[in-house]
Amino acid sequence: MIVLEKRPQPSRAWSFATPLVAVLATMVFGGVLFAVLGKNPVEAIGTIFWEPLFGEFAFYYRPQLLVKGAPLVLIAIGLSLGFRAGIWNIGAEGQYIMGAIFGAAAGLAFYPLEAWYIFPVMVFAGALGGWVWAMIPAILKVRFGTNEILVSLMLVYVAEQILASVSLGLLKNPEGFGFPGSRNLQSYPSAYNSELITGSGMHWGVVAAFVAVIFAYVLLNRHLLGFHIRLTGEAPRAARFAGVNPARLILFCLGTSGVLAGLAGMFEVSGPSGVVSIDFNVGYGFTAIIVAFLGRLHPLGIMLAGFLMALTYIGGEIAQSQLGLPAAAIQVFQGMLLFFLLAFDLLTNYRIRAARSEVA
Amino acid sequence: MKFTSLLASAAIALGLATSAFAQDKTKVGFVYVGPVGDGGWTYEHDKGRQAVEQHFGDKVETVFVESVPEGPDAERVMTQMALEGADLIFTTSFGYMDPTINVAKKFPDVKFEHATGYKTADNVSVYSARFYEGRAVQGHIAGKMTESNIIGYIGSYPIPEVIRGINSAYVHAKKVNPDVEFKIVWAYTWFDPAKEADAATVLIEQGADVILQHTDSTAPQAAAQEAGNVITFGQASDMSEYAPMPRVSSIIDNWAPYYIARTQAVMDGSWSTTNTWDGIGPGMVEIGEISDAVPADVKEEALAMKDAIADGSYHPFTGPLKKQDGSDWLADGETADDGTLAGMNFYVEGLEGEIPQ
Amino acid sequence: MDLGEINPVLLVASLMVAATPLLLAAIGELVVEKAGVLNLGVEGMMIVGAISGFAISVESGSPWLGFIAAAIGGALLSLLFVLLTQIALANQVASGLALTLFGLGFSALMGQSYVGVKPPDMSEIHIPVISDIPVIGPILFQHDPILYVGIALTAAVWATLKYTRVGLVLRAVGENHDAAHALGYKVIKIRILAIMFGGACAGLGGAYISLIRVPQWTEGMTAGVGWIALALVVFASWKPWRALLGAYLFGGITVLQLNLQAAGVAIPVEYLAMSPYIITILVLVILSADKSSAPASLGRTFHASH
Repeated sequence: MIVLEKRPQPSRAWSFATPLVAVLATMVFGGVLFAVLGKNPVEAIGTIFWEPLFGEFAFYYRPQLLVKGAPLVLIAIGLSLGFRAGIWNIGAEGQYIMGAIFGAAAGLAFYPLEAWYIFPVMVFAGALGGWVWAMIPAILKVRFGTNEILVSLMLVYVAEQILASVSLGLLKNPEGFGFPGSRNLQSYPSAYNSELITGSGMHWGVVAAFVAVIFAYVLLNRHLLGFHIRLTGEAPRAARFAGVNPARLILFCLGTSGVLAGLAGMFEVSGPSGVVSIDFNVGYGFTAIIVAFLGRLHPLGIMLAGFLMALTYIGGEIAQSQLGLPAAAIQVFQGMLLFFLLAFDLLTNYRIRAARSEVA
Repeated sequence: MKFTSLLASAAIALGLATSAFAQDKTKVGFVYVGPVGDGGWTYEHDKGRQAVEQHFGDKVETVFVESVPEGPDAERVMTQMALEGADLIFTTSFGYMDPTINVAKKFPDVKFEHATGYKTADNVSVYSARFYEGRAVQGHIAGKMTESNIIGYIGSYPIPEVIRGINSAYVHAKKVNPDVEFKIVWAYTWFDPAKEADAATVLIEQGADVILQHTDSTAPQAAAQEAGNVITFGQASDMSEYAPMPRVSSIIDNWAPYYIARTQAVMDGSWSTTNTWDGIGPGMVEIGEISDAVPADVKEEALAMKDAIADGSYHPFTGPLKKQDGSDWLADGETADDGTLAGMNFYVEGLEGEIPQ
Repeated sequence: MDLGEINPVLLVASLMVAATPLLLAAIGELVVEKAGVLNLGVEGMMIVGAISGFAISVESGSPWLGFIAAAIGGALLSLLFVLLTQIALANQVASGLALTLFGLGFSALMGQSYVGVKPPDMSEIHIPVISDIPVIGPILFQHDPILYVGIALTAAVWATLKYTRVGLVLRAVGENHDAAHALGYKVIKIRILAIMFGGACAGLGGAYISLIRVPQWTEGMTAGVGWIALALVVFASWKPWRALLGAYLFGGITVLQLNLQAAGVAIPVEYLAMSPYIITILVLVILSADKSSAPASLGRTFHASH
């Protein structure tokens, strides 16, 4: 009989080792999957993990990891604060969309004026858009006790309809021959969130993601508010005795995650994407939830998890075009990776021991 | 080293490599917006890709990436294909327009073909299909066959492509049946089979006995079959599993001839920037078999119209036609120009309701 | 515009059809959450159910076998979630999301050869006399059998939770797993069964879409129904009949907005399209006087330390 015994302290050694073990296990099982699909497993795994980092064209893919990973990290950092306090914002996707719409609208309002202050105004508008959208579930929860999971999720769909509506109407490119979608902000210099160093992938969104990681780290470890967040999540009653105001905490956590998701949307629409279009959002808000938990809600962990997800996306695309693997197989592979990462995390917190069978 | 120059040198290196192996295969890349198993838009493009493979055999190598979101992801996938030595890349969704132009700038030696857009460059062509020609044939059959004089139309989003189809079908239904009325429902989604089923059911319940759809699933077909005396038309693919009733005909996207021709052009070195908008004539739009549920004389008229459109003797938008607000659009005998059609954002006279903006 | 064209009887009849996949999935998840487990993998289990049911009914020619296969398929996929959250004690939110990702990919792989195939029909139950009664007939007695299964399931879950020992134990486990454990209940075993029940229901809901509502197989065809089902459980405050009400409300507004569009009502389409979500929020706010809250142990990992 095998039993689990909780470790008094999470094992540091295992907390570093488990991700590696999980990746190895994924390689083995993923290899089997690829072999079943009639592909060379070694080649397939190599393509996914090796090509983007060290392959022939790594000079292109490495910066792309930043482009793909940054919005995930930015959103996940915001979500992690709420998740730690037991506040469930499932609707970051909606806040991301609203940030993009507000940010782009603010920029396009100035078109074709060129001025230094346009981009900062857009940043502010993007943050505002995300914040406003997150405040709806926050205020409803504080005022009426309405469940924030449902409200934030429903607002994702509302945001998607608004996105479609503005793509077809309000923000439609007047020179676009009636086709949906806004002007391309990439060709509007004052509004373009361009790469800071050409070819580095670094745009303001990536900078913001790194800043958010540091901000969250300091907040959680060095600040009273961070302590309150952790306390509320771990021991809600104790938190109340410690003088935590739950309403303010809800407003803060949802607001912050809304702001960060809004910023992510704004940096994306003004940079790598360029246009507000019906299909602007690609699920970063949902993937970020996975990233937040993969990173164990820890800022540095989230950063690593974000880039690992980005790696599987980019490597997966390469595997599709080079080896003809279906996109679905890549999805299954990603699912496996997540399963193993989550499952092996057990070893960090528990010891596995053989025991006498009388222990239930 | 600057990134663009790095890319350029990589491209040159590859170019050299390809010219060193002059007999090498031509590599053709396809970027898809949906899964190849969507049974509609992407499915038909992938059939075109398979036709290219079949036609050229060992002389080509095709690669594709499916379910690529529009935006930076598309740009990365295209760049990746170009880096890996693709000679020709088809990007098969409107939202890939700006990414295609961006990547094409970095790889002047690679040819790009963007579907349904309007931006061209020295190495970027655009292509699209005149589905509205097929809609004219459908409109004719629908107008003849409806008994309730109510025709239901399921649209995705109010974009010119869809509006053109509605207008074309309406003009031709009205021509043979002055009492006909169109009921239009916008699903506001590209893909949600369950919602399409609801939309079809609603239209049938409100008296429609013909359903036209500008969405790709067979859900409306099934709803019509269940209702009984309702006819439908296949969209994107033939949907012949629902023939002879309710599906009485269909519009099929056939990209194969175009893909083969353009690949051939790259092989020959004769590729140049083009703006292709083909319809029934060149075979980009096919009319699926008209089933026996359609009376013989109607079928004959429909086929005659199809032939007239194919040989260019008839244009589906021929005046006199007015816009919905009653203003003149086309004078007697005048045909619509492509510019107006491409960006069509108005209904023709007689259609009710407003286009959501 | 002519509102007279909207036939209320047919409207009610078709909203029941539209709501059934939601209801099936929501009832399953409700039981899972009552046992204190939050499984966000509903969408993944639905889509796997959709393809399992579709494939088996095409191969066997029997829709009934298809539905059974769908329930089994959903339950099997939920076993992965069991493995992660009950055996390896992993975080439930992340595991559920991973399950959805995996399910979407896995179903697409399974379904590659079923694109463009038409499944066998499941005919409606047509009882001669009563189904011809005006108004009541079309609403109550002219549906496919699975729709009735959904309603029966709701009643069964309600009765089980409320009146039986099984229900009591389930609720005890969900409210306070440590106390339940101390009382000698097998917390993990009960939760595993609840999760599998949830998986089976989600599978049925998925197959309802692929076999009856649409019916065809396309990748990703559940198109987010699983997420709405999750929201409905919250909406329902974990009460079965309110889940039914919520599913009918949501399905009803969806069908109604399409009806209003077809009738040419002059409300902008985008507002109509977002109305089901907004009205669900509004109704929840109105109902918020009801303070019944989530099972206390919801989402928390249980480990018997002694």
